[in-house]
Amino acid sequence: MPDYDTLKLAWWALIVALLIGFAVLDGFDIGAAILLPFIGRDDTERRLVINAVGPTWEGNQVWLVTAGGALFAAWPLVYAAAFSVLYGALMLVLFGLFLRPVGFDYRSKLADPRWRGGWDWALCAGSVLPALIFGVAVGNLFVGLPFAFDEQMRVGYAGRFVDLLNPFSLYCGVVAVAMLTGHGAAFLATKTQGALQSRARRAALAASVATAALFALGGVWIAQREGLTVAAIGDVGAALSPLAKTVVPTADWLGNFRAHPTLWAVPALGVALPLLAGLLAHGRRPRLALTASAAGVAAIILTAGVALFPFVLPSSLDAASSLTVWDATSSHKTLALMLGVVAVFLPIILVYTRWVYRVMRGPVTPERLDADTHSY
Amino acid sequence: MLPAADVVELSRLQFGLTAMFHFLFVPLTLGLSWILVICESVYVMTGKTIYKDMTRFWGKLFGINFAMGVTTGLTLEFQFGTNWAYYSHYVGDIFGVPLAIEGLMAFFLESTFVGLFFFGWDRLSKRAHLLVTFLVALGSNLSALWILVANGWMQNPVGAEFNLDTMRMELTSMSAVFFNPVAQVKFVHTVAAGYVAAAMFVLGVSSWYLLKARDTGFALRSFAVAAGFGMASVLSVIVLGDESGYTTGEVQKVKLAAIEAEWDTHPAPAALTLFGLPDQAAERTDYAVKIPYLLGLIGTRSLDTPVTGIKDLKKEHEARIAGGIPAYDALVRIKAGEDTPALRAQFDAHKADLGFALLLKKYTANVTDATPAQIRAAAADTIPQVAPLFWSFRLMVGLGLLFLFIFAASLWFLVRRNLAPQRWLLRLAVFAIPLPWIAIEAGWFVAEYGRQPWTISGVLPTRLSASALDVGQLQFSLIGLVGIYTLLFAIEMFLMLKYIRLGPASLATGRYHGETPATETRHA
Repeated sequence: MPDYDTLKLAWWALIVALLIGFAVLDGFDIGAAILLPFIGRDDTERRLVINAVGPTWEGNQVWLVTAGGALFAAWPLVYAAAFSVLYGALMLVLFGLFLRPVGFDYRSKLADPRWRGGWDWALCAGSVLPALIFGVAVGNLFVGLPFAFDEQMRVGYAGRFVDLLNPFSLYCGVVAVAMLTGHGAAFLATKTQGALQSRARRAALAASVATAALFALGGVWIAQREGLTVAAIGDVGAALSPLAKTVVPTADWLGNFRAHPTLWAVPALGVALPLLAGLLAHGRRPRLALTASAAGVAAIILTAGVALFPFVLPSSLDAASSLTVWDATSSHKTLALMLGVVAVFLPIILVYTRWVYRVMRGPVTPERLDADTHSY
Repeated sequence: MLPAADVVELSRLQFGLTAMFHFLFVPLTLGLSWILVICESVYVMTGKTIYKDMTRFWGKLFGINFAMGVTTGLTLEFQFGTNWAYYSHYVGDIFGVPLAIEGLMAFFLESTFVGLFFFGWDRLSKRAHLLVTFLVALGSNLSALWILVANGWMQNPVGAEFNLDTMRMELTSMSAVFFNPVAQVKFVHTVAAGYVAAAMFVLGVSSWYLLKARDTGFALRSFAVAAGFGMASVLSVIVLGDESGYTTGEVQKVKLAAIEAEWDTHPAPAALTLFGLPDQAAERTDYAVKIPYLLGLIGTRSLDTPVTGIKDLKKEHEARIAGGIPAYDALVRIKAGEDTPALRAQFDAHKADLGFALLLKKYTANVTDATPAQIRAAAADTIPQVAPLFWSFRLMVGLGLLFLFIFAASLWFLVRRNLAPQRWLLRLAVFAIPLPWIAIEAGWFVAEYGRQPWTISGVLPTRLSASALDVGQLQFSLIGLVGIYTLLFAIEMFLMLKYIRLGPASLATGRYHGETPATETRHA
């Protein structure tokens, strides 16, 4: 069995990887649905957008479900504290996500334009809401969430839902919406043709440039915000109680970058890659644009992870209650077991997911929609 | 700080509503996916287009149902964290494992291939498409396996141990968790019940077409598949009924006693109470009709094991509550810094009953100062209301026997090629469509309401498991969930009925009822 501290680090990497998997894969169908009512001018165009993501979006969303399950198994304290302190926000995410499976599947089952129009907006709202709130949640990690543990590890809260809507967190929400919209547009550019494709390319350019600019400005903002650092902690290779460490405030959240300057490459890519994606989309290289966009999404998420490290859930109420990779994890045995499970199944998942994308390759066209009665 | 009592009750209400609502869609997914595999296999083997049409039509209804299953399943993946934070911390080390494996092994498989099931007809060879359909069925059923491993652990928490330093239960043996007899029995029983629901659905809808004398070739073939599949499934449900899972695990014994209204422990083998009127206050069952030996045989699979009665269980629990107090006492003092070997020894000697001592939290925050009256009250709490369990169980079993009759009669008249004149049977099959769902929800009610006052049997009381939210938050989520679920359910039922009425004509092949080309006779 690998050392406990190695496993703790491995699980940080895996959770970040699952979240990146979610944002990169489900991200483009969220982005496509956000754009749906704006980019599709008539019913056929909207059906093209929906059918571009239709065959694969369901598998993509499992990245979110599995990230939830993995969080539960590997970081039960984070799962418990984050989801309950973000109660109202998470309920809104769910309410949004509810509209997507039924929206994709039910929209084209009736021809009535009001029915279809209603579902188009439901899909859009059901995609904007999770994107926005996930961004707000990440922003609140930097602000700190209002929770604290008692000695029996029962989590208590202070503050209200509206406190989550502070300017910095809302700003992060906007970054997330821009990021996934750009990513969705880049994807649509690879799957569509003609006028719809040129609209997708323009949207990809606009949203990606906005993402890069907003993300860079966010970096400036974060340099002004107080951060946290672990001053003292027990043996990270052993089981630790979160309450047993000492956490002190620091000037900002950039300490990791100063300590390891090569890490600056991550946020730099977070700015450069979306810009590149936008330019490639504009320059009629949609597949390369999608690749750059996916890498850009990964870089942006990784930037947040690296900046916070070793914290995963900072507390604004009681600094010592803040959860880190060292003291929020499951037991040594569970981490080792789950790592084995992931090592077996993740490669299999990637292989069959790739196969499904290969089978469904090629653009969606109005002719294909008409030929297949199973189209959405 | 403990969550307020009404927050716990509202959280229970929310969990119960969302879980039971989710389980309106799960059974059809579990069973219909295999029916699709059966139809498509016949298509691949015989090359007859009608079996492809059957796969595609029932697949359409599968899709309408599947979307709701995905929608409502999302809530459950996150609800442990939102509403049951202490539970999530306390048992996440074990309980999170099957949930995460479910995602990785099963839900990915099911969801990645379900798109290809619908969109892959023209892009895949016949055999490759059949493989895709099979993988969807396999994924959904594996999903049920891991969820029931998780649920079985709540009923009978094996392979885990409390860790004082981390204040939680930790995994000691994954194989014990996986091969937990309660989980294994529950899995077989639950998926087989899902197959029954799906078979009844196809049987009932096909019967409706037969009654209307439309698409008879299509309907008769579907009816035959459903009758065969349903018969095999209903036999599994009844023969492998999960009563055999009631002998291990504390809460399981209580449930067995409660569903049978066994107030006293009788000499083995116990008699089965067929009917009666359970009286909780007087601890007796009036007008009981009993069948000798039967409960002992079904419940313990032996002639010499007694079934412990409620009164004795309550006495045992009273002793365990008192026995757990020293463990809690040691725990609190160790956490306060008084970490001595003597206290650790005291804790270890009593830790098996720690969960029982936590039941006292409802009556006294300190636990250690509990009075004998409080201990008695906490012991009384370990016995759920008998009457609802007694009646739900009988409703479930009675419906199961009705399904057995319907499938048996269906097969009988099919084999004798004399189905069409049996309009009473066809009508009964239509009428019976919703009944498996009632039986299934009744079964879940028995399993989960019967689990109270625990979330984890003998380990963690429900009262302690909830997040310390406020009532307003629960009101917000409940109103949102109930509102959206109701709306989506109405839409789903509307679409389902619309496509059932359209029938296979919805495939636009030009071969079915209501379509212009008169090729219908070819299949009749």
